[in-house]
Amino acid sequence: MNPRAAMNLRAVWAIYRVEMARAFRTVLQSIISPVISTSLYFVVFGSAIGSRITEIDGISYGAFIVPGLIMLSLLTQSISNASFAIYFPKFVGSIYELLSAPVSYLEIVIAYVGGAATKSIILGLIILATASLFVPLHIEHPFWMLAFLILTAVTFSLFGFIIGIWAKSFEQLQLVPLLIVTPLTFLGGSFYSIHMLPGIWKTITLFNPVVYLISGFRWSFYGKADVSVGISLGMTLVFLAVCIAIVAWIFRTGYRLRN
Amino acid sequence: MPSILSISGVSKTYATGFTALKEVSLDIERGEIFALLGPNGAGKTTLISIVCGIVNRSSGTVTVDGHDINKDYRAARSLIGLVPQELTIDAFESVWATVNYSRGLFGRPANPAFVEKVLRDLSLWDKKDAKAITLSGGMKRRLMIAKALSHEPRVLFLDEPTAGVDVELRQDMWAMVRRLREDGVTIILTTHYIEEAEAMADRVGVINRGEIILVEDKAELMLKLGRKEMRLELRAPLGSVPEGLSNYALELSPDGNQLTYTYDNQSDRPGVASLIRDLEAAGVQFRDLDTKNSSLEEIFVNLLRQEP
Repeated sequence: MNPRAAMNLRAVWAIYRVEMARAFRTVLQSIISPVISTSLYFVVFGSAIGSRITEIDGISYGAFIVPGLIMLSLLTQSISNASFAIYFPKFVGSIYELLSAPVSYLEIVIAYVGGAATKSIILGLIILATASLFVPLHIEHPFWMLAFLILTAVTFSLFGFIIGIWAKSFEQLQLVPLLIVTPLTFLGGSFYSIHMLPGIWKTITLFNPVVYLISGFRWSFYGKADVSVGISLGMTLVFLAVCIAIVAWIFRTGYRLRN
Repeated sequence: MPSILSISGVSKTYATGFTALKEVSLDIERGEIFALLGPNGAGKTTLISIVCGIVNRSSGTVTVDGHDINKDYRAARSLIGLVPQELTIDAFESVWATVNYSRGLFGRPANPAFVEKVLRDLSLWDKKDAKAITLSGGMKRRLMIAKALSHEPRVLFLDEPTAGVDVELRQDMWAMVRRLREDGVTIILTTHYIEEAEAMADRVGVINRGEIILVEDKAELMLKLGRKEMRLELRAPLGSVPEGLSNYALELSPDGNQLTYTYDNQSDRPGVASLIRDLEAAGVQFRDLDTKNSSLEEIFVNLLRQEP
């Protein structure tokens, strides 16, 4: 490379391409499996529960859960894509090549987080297309829908990247997604409006950051939200800033990478 | 011409408190083959890892062709290729994909003709579409070398390159290393096979307990620290070394058929001629004699023994 070049874009592209190639190599696990589980959610929640709850905020229950279902997959897949992408080379030892290459921290993050976020955005759009087969969909604010989709995918891919660097074993890699993220997502209003909760639970739920993501995303579809869209956007940006700060600290100190 | 690699006062203490390197200073000349020898845990891999940017150093400076490895890391790392000790490859990538990935990672534009040449030189061309997981150990080792060479480095680190490699492949690798040197590539290798260093290195450095204890031109080192041994096959067995030969510190084999005389290469008066005269005078006759230089391995073992 030209040592004077501002960025090693070839390296970014090389990493990004390998990450995307892995997704296509494991297409069953990466794409088909989440689509099948989403379809099952529609069967179980949409049909079984939807037959008892016909509408929430004037939206049919089947359509109401679509943004939450997309967020559920987006969050879990962003985290698992990014955490695995950086943990795997650490595990097999091939990380040496990345660390010894003329690649800046920013380029490493752009490539890995970009790859992970791209995969989960594609997945989110596939789930959206799958959902449209089950329920009639209407997207009131397409720009904001895409903005929330991209912002959430990037934020949680960054979060997954942090977990991948922190994890020392496959068990630790699964720990945060399984014990924290999945419960928070289920309790974050994917399948119900938080207005349906009794008083104290409604207040407690407001401490769950996922509530703001789902609420904002649902607003982009139907123009209705549990919390104000500005707060949703603000909370997402705060979480993004926190993740960026942690990643910057990791690279500055070499935490679990260069020590 | 300044050194291609300059290491100055480099120390490394890990978070556990273990000090792997103590004030290491070393200059590697352009175009040479330098062998870094040392027992397990001596600090060889830590030193290489610091130069390549894999491990942060605690103190000291390192420059590659004048580029500081921190301030000017892009220029410094672009010049370096590393073949690590462990076979660490993404097992599910094809040979072709993983070598091109390495080239891209180092910021080089795609060059299929060059990558093909590297793979052909390493006898991997037939396996270009095979996944790394399907390769034999020797092929994986060659693939690691292909990845390290993919971005046309000027300095190549080979950390135990022939560990677990059969004799034939080892010879091929030695030939490849010599070809690279002819092309002007500087090579720094660590090895457990000291014969490898003996066969290939221009200079030898010995590291022990995190300190460089010696850096020497290989031929000079062997001359300076080497010893010579003369063995005499006797016509008739002796019960003990005759009285008149006690000055020579001769060693008699248990069966009494062989006398061994060891002396320094640099000794002004090794006394071989006088020993032969004295043997005749003492009536000791011999059938045959042979002499041999001590190997680099023996020099290395002796050096480590002398360490406190």
